[in-house]
Amino acid sequence: MQTSQNNTIQIESIDQPDRKHRSPLQLSVHRFLKNKLALVGIIVLFVIILGAIFAPYLTDHDPRKSNLMLVEQGPSSDNILGTDASGRDNFARLLYGARVSLTVGFSAMLFTLSIGLVLGALAGYYGGKIDNFIMRLTDLVLALPFLVLALTIIALLGKVTIGIFVTVIAITSWPTLTRIVRGSFLSLREQEFVLGARAIGASDFRIIFRHFIPNAIGPIIVNATLMMATMIIIESALSFIGFGIPQPTPTWGNMISEAQSIRILRYHPEAWIPPGVGILVTVLAINFIGDGLRDAFDPKSDRR
Amino acid sequence: MNNQPVLDVSQLKTYFYLGENRVAKAVDNISFSIFPGETVALVGESGSGKSITALSIMQLINKPGRIVDGTITMNDQKLLELKPKQMTNIRGNDIAMIFQEPMTALNPVYTIGSQITEILRKHKKMNKKDAHQEAIELLKVVGIPRPKEILKEYPHQLSGGMRQRVMIAMAISCEPQLLIADEPTTALDVTIQAQILDLMAEMQKKFQMSLLLITHDLGVVYEYTDRVMVMYGGQIVEQAATKELLKLTKHPYTQGLLASLPNLDEDVERLGTIKGTVPPAYSFPHGCRFSSRCPYVMEKCTQSNPELREYDTGHFVRCYLYENGGSIK
Repeated sequence: MQTSQNNTIQIESIDQPDRKHRSPLQLSVHRFLKNKLALVGIIVLFVIILGAIFAPYLTDHDPRKSNLMLVEQGPSSDNILGTDASGRDNFARLLYGARVSLTVGFSAMLFTLSIGLVLGALAGYYGGKIDNFIMRLTDLVLALPFLVLALTIIALLGKVTIGIFVTVIAITSWPTLTRIVRGSFLSLREQEFVLGARAIGASDFRIIFRHFIPNAIGPIIVNATLMMATMIIIESALSFIGFGIPQPTPTWGNMISEAQSIRILRYHPEAWIPPGVGILVTVLAINFIGDGLRDAFDPKSDRR
Repeated sequence: MNNQPVLDVSQLKTYFYLGENRVAKAVDNISFSIFPGETVALVGESGSGKSITALSIMQLINKPGRIVDGTITMNDQKLLELKPKQMTNIRGNDIAMIFQEPMTALNPVYTIGSQITEILRKHKKMNKKDAHQEAIELLKVVGIPRPKEILKEYPHQLSGGMRQRVMIAMAISCEPQLLIADEPTTALDVTIQAQILDLMAEMQKKFQMSLLLITHDLGVVYEYTDRVMVMYGGQIVEQAATKELLKLTKHPYTQGLLASLPNLDEDVERLGTIKGTVPPAYSFPHGCRFSSRCPYVMEKCTQSNPELREYDTGHFVRCYLYENGGSIK
């Protein structure tokens, strides 16, 4: 028998499986970097953060100092965006306002995250009465209209500082995150590797921090990011109606509230459009980042 | 064999309080001992209380379950009287456990290496470098090729058999005196099953562990174990040396289990079955718990539950049929 060349079976080299040691986190970072919109979001947010940090180097004006001789001026070489009703430089206020908006957004998010993480972890890990109590508490807070609650607290306290403002936002918006954390903990509790970890002698503390949080980190980060955008909007909204951080501290919200005056609204668009755009762009950038993170942490998003 | 048991379980009761006054007696008054170097099988259908027995020994029973009564003694230490913190030192160190599903028993977000070194650093107080070296040795022992690279890999990159080997490596890492394996091969295919069981037998010899093997595979029982305990309805119904039990089966339930095995020598149309299913643990029949399914049921059986009694040396049976020197068949 002759073996012709046609008879030999062609064995195609099987693609070597990805032998690189990539952790789920590294895979997520890889997916995130492939997302163009999220990258743009990161860059834009980075530029805004830089502007806020280096505000003193970008303008010579003090954003709090009023100059009653130069009220509601149009753009000039000295005041690029003109001045507001008290004669404060709008450009300086825009840069310093970014500090406040970002600080409020970020710290309110951190504060909310820590409340949500702790309460959600307790509820999801221990279950039973603790879970029941915490969940009823979230129901209670969710049942209260946010704006009314926030306004009441602020009105009762009278003077509003950034710290108070952040606290008010945090104690009214923790329930969503608590529920998310609790939900993922509940499902993780049933996983066999948790039983396995307990079988090799891991403590409750260790299981929560080493086994639960890393496995639940995806949805937590995504929601925290999107929450930060919401916090910035809440700050501007409350400032706009005069319940935010009071003058002379510059925030984007109280800059826009200047436009409540028809005169400024009509004749000085340079005073209120930049902070408005600032809010819009910042929130959009954060939301893009949040969406990017959501896709990055979802292993199924590759199939799209 | 040494006379001092490694583990002594006495009158253990683990109940689940299901609300509406329903109490599931998942483990009801179980007593047994495991001696050094011994392999004991715990056999029974799904729902007979095997896994709950194992988890009770580890004290990993979750609410609404609770260990109601009994003592678990290991090296003169009463485990049920220990503080939770002391118990975490026993787990993994003196008693280790292997689970059924190697797919889910490893944390997906950590490398194999970090999961093995975690135990070594906790129980053996090793530093990072030593633990890493030890982990490589352990993987070699359980027959994993390229241990150095595997240490850097994640659970999803390994096959089921490999993961179960890793689980065994983790279980033996602290040289426990007792290894509990809860259906360690159920999720693996047959060729891998034999490899894993051989590995466990080898490890047992090497480290002189005792092994409590939970299974429903009587073939495995015959091959690998010294003694068998058959569980039904949260109680032990028959207990004997493996060869004796499989040859001179006494309890109708064990007979049913054996009859349901395919046999190469006989040509049968249908495999034997035990009629009915295991009754839920909150509504056992009055009297003998097997009475609702037993082909030899007598009036007496529905009135009171027989005691577990020794009928031959070392052969314990919970059945009225043998009470007055009687027998079946």
